[in-house]
Amino acid sequence: MNPEKVLFGFFIVLALTLNFGFFVGELDNPDHHHVYELFAVIVVNMVATVLKFGDRTQMGAVLLATSLVALLQLFAAALVWVVAVHVTEAGLTTVTMASIVSLSGGAMLANVVSVILLIIETVMLRR
Amino acid sequence: MNNIFFLIFRRMRAPLLTLILTYSIAMLGLVLIPGKDPDGNVWHMDIFHAFYFVSFMSSTIGFGEIPYAFTSGQRLWVIFSIFFTVVVWLYSIGTVLALLKDETFQNALTERRFAKQISRMCESFYLICGYGQTGEALVKALTDRNQHAVVIDILEDRVNLLKLENLREYVPGFCGDARLPAHLLEAGLNHPLCEGVAALTNSNEANLKIAITSKLLHPDIEVICRADSHDIENNMASFGTDFIIDPFDAFALHLATAIQAPCLSLLQDWLSLGKRDMLNDPVYPPSKGLWVICGYGRFGKAVYDKLVREGLEVVVVEAEPDLTGKPQSPFIKGRGTEADTLLEANIERAVGLVAGTDNDANNLSIIMTARELNSDLFVILRQNLKHNDPVIQAVNADMVMLPSDIIANRIRVLLGVPMQHQFVKLVMHQDDEWACQLISRISALVTHHAPEVWEVAFSEHDSHAVCSYVRRGNQLTLGELMTDPRDRSTKLPCIPLMLFRHNDYILLPEEDLKVQKDDHVLFCGALYAENRMDWTLQNENALNYILTGEARPEGWIWRRLRKREVT
Repeated sequence: MNPEKVLFGFFIVLALTLNFGFFVGELDNPDHHHVYELFAVIVVNMVATVLKFGDRTQMGAVLLATSLVALLQLFAAALVWVVAVHVTEAGLTTVTMASIVSLSGGAMLANVVSVILLIIETVMLRR
Repeated sequence: MNNIFFLIFRRMRAPLLTLILTYSIAMLGLVLIPGKDPDGNVWHMDIFHAFYFVSFMSSTIGFGEIPYAFTSGQRLWVIFSIFFTVVVWLYSIGTVLALLKDETFQNALTERRFAKQISRMCESFYLICGYGQTGEALVKALTDRNQHAVVIDILEDRVNLLKLENLREYVPGFCGDARLPAHLLEAGLNHPLCEGVAALTNSNEANLKIAITSKLLHPDIEVICRADSHDIENNMASFGTDFIIDPFDAFALHLATAIQAPCLSLLQDWLSLGKRDMLNDPVYPPSKGLWVICGYGRFGKAVYDKLVREGLEVVVVEAEPDLTGKPQSPFIKGRGTEADTLLEANIERAVGLVAGTDNDANNLSIIMTARELNSDLFVILRQNLKHNDPVIQAVNADMVMLPSDIIANRIRVLLGVPMQHQFVKLVMHQDDEWACQLISRISALVTHHAPEVWEVAFSEHDSHAVCSYVRRGNQLTLGELMTDPRDRSTKLPCIPLMLFRHNDYILLPEEDLKVQKDDHVLFCGALYAENRMDWTLQNENALNYILTGEARPEGWIWRRLRKREVT
């Protein structure tokens, strides 16, 4: 058992599960999407991205790319949140909530790809 | 991609992960611990403000409690956070910056940048290995002729010097060991536009290694090597090195030529001068009498051999005969810087002196002492270091031999005008009379500056107008080509030195010789003659003016009008 692989797999899957937790619920209902969950998703995604630094394999490169995509989407979602709540002080309207959640949905898609790649790599290994 | 990049990124993981984790813990604490607003209501900091606060807290240890004054619980948390975030911040940022400044990483970056530059080269270039005095002179000469070069040297300082040099073309430089094939490949040895490699390092072994690497990896390029040991030269020649240049032998040969045929050696001198050089006067080394050679090293030996072959009487002065070996002729142990040794060598009745040690100060001292004893000496000085130029000029020796200049000049001619190299070789078989006549013809063309030497190829690409004229069945002589396209009654100041046709060389072709397609002609003359001749070669109207004396109408409308006039 390679502890590096364990940590790696753990964070990738955790990024997906947390992302799913934030995404699930009515799209435009602020009560269904908590800000702490978004915070956790961003932190775990950042960790997962950094863990992929310096991986020489082709798989590692693709995983880094998908993680970066997820991170980009999540940053965009967080930015929309901050602008809506603190900068314009319009509060979480259904419109902004919908765009935040759909952005996180995009991130989730990238995370799904990451997990699929991880599974493929594991299956190919056959050990 | 280079291994080092992956390594650096991999090493960044730990600091970045700790940074992310500590930041998120500190933020989480701030968000969870309840605070109070000025009215006493319970208030929770939101994530946005927590991030803002933690960001400036870790880098500046905080400068205020925002947006409201903190409660004691919050302050307790902030105290802890300050300690761990500040430490982690310093550690992470410090480590990442140190990694980025890592020497191997930086070297890898410059190496990559260089390799990219080389692969993007879109004009033919020469690879110069070793940027010492010779390399410097050669790069300058090449770029002055608008040729491109790439430099590789083992010392960083020398490569940096290259960047300070004010050259006409951009010359990429790379600090690396040219003995390693990987470095040569990075410098463009395999590049399809690489025309040749010049191995000019000061180590014979390194030059040998470069030559053999180049011959194996890119067999059809020219390889030019500097060498000063006959053993290495033979080795280089054995695997087909194109040109091997031994500065000492080259100079000794030049000296022998000057003794036998002063005009011939002057002709060679003039033709190999650089663009802005002044014409030098002929030197007449005495061909009878006693010569004193100080220093029996590589240079001393080469000169000694030539002088003995010319049948001159020679005395050698050498300080360490055990190291250098002893000559056949009379021999005196000593440095030659003292009057005693020189008197012992009969300097008073000598006609020539060769100060040929590998120390410039000693050489100067030898000359000064010898001139006090005998003021009519013909003095040959070996200059070792280029930066001693001012003192070397002050001593005013009859001939100065600077190895780096000799090699650079040779290679410049080889690479710049290959036909000129052939010409000089053929000229060696001519007598001095012939050379003297040519010298006087050349000096009539140019006043003070060195004559320009250029090659004209009668090909579709290089001389379009002439080629299409000849193709139509007309005949054209060299003399007509040498007419000034601005005023056909005057001749351009130039001389056709040599014509190459069907693998045959014709020295000094006559002016009424008919030009054929695929001829190559070597001209020498004033610089402006080259530019104007180019005009005739490429422009049909200029050629027409020269032949008929009338300026043909150039545009379509004018041609139409002219036709109507005629009919």
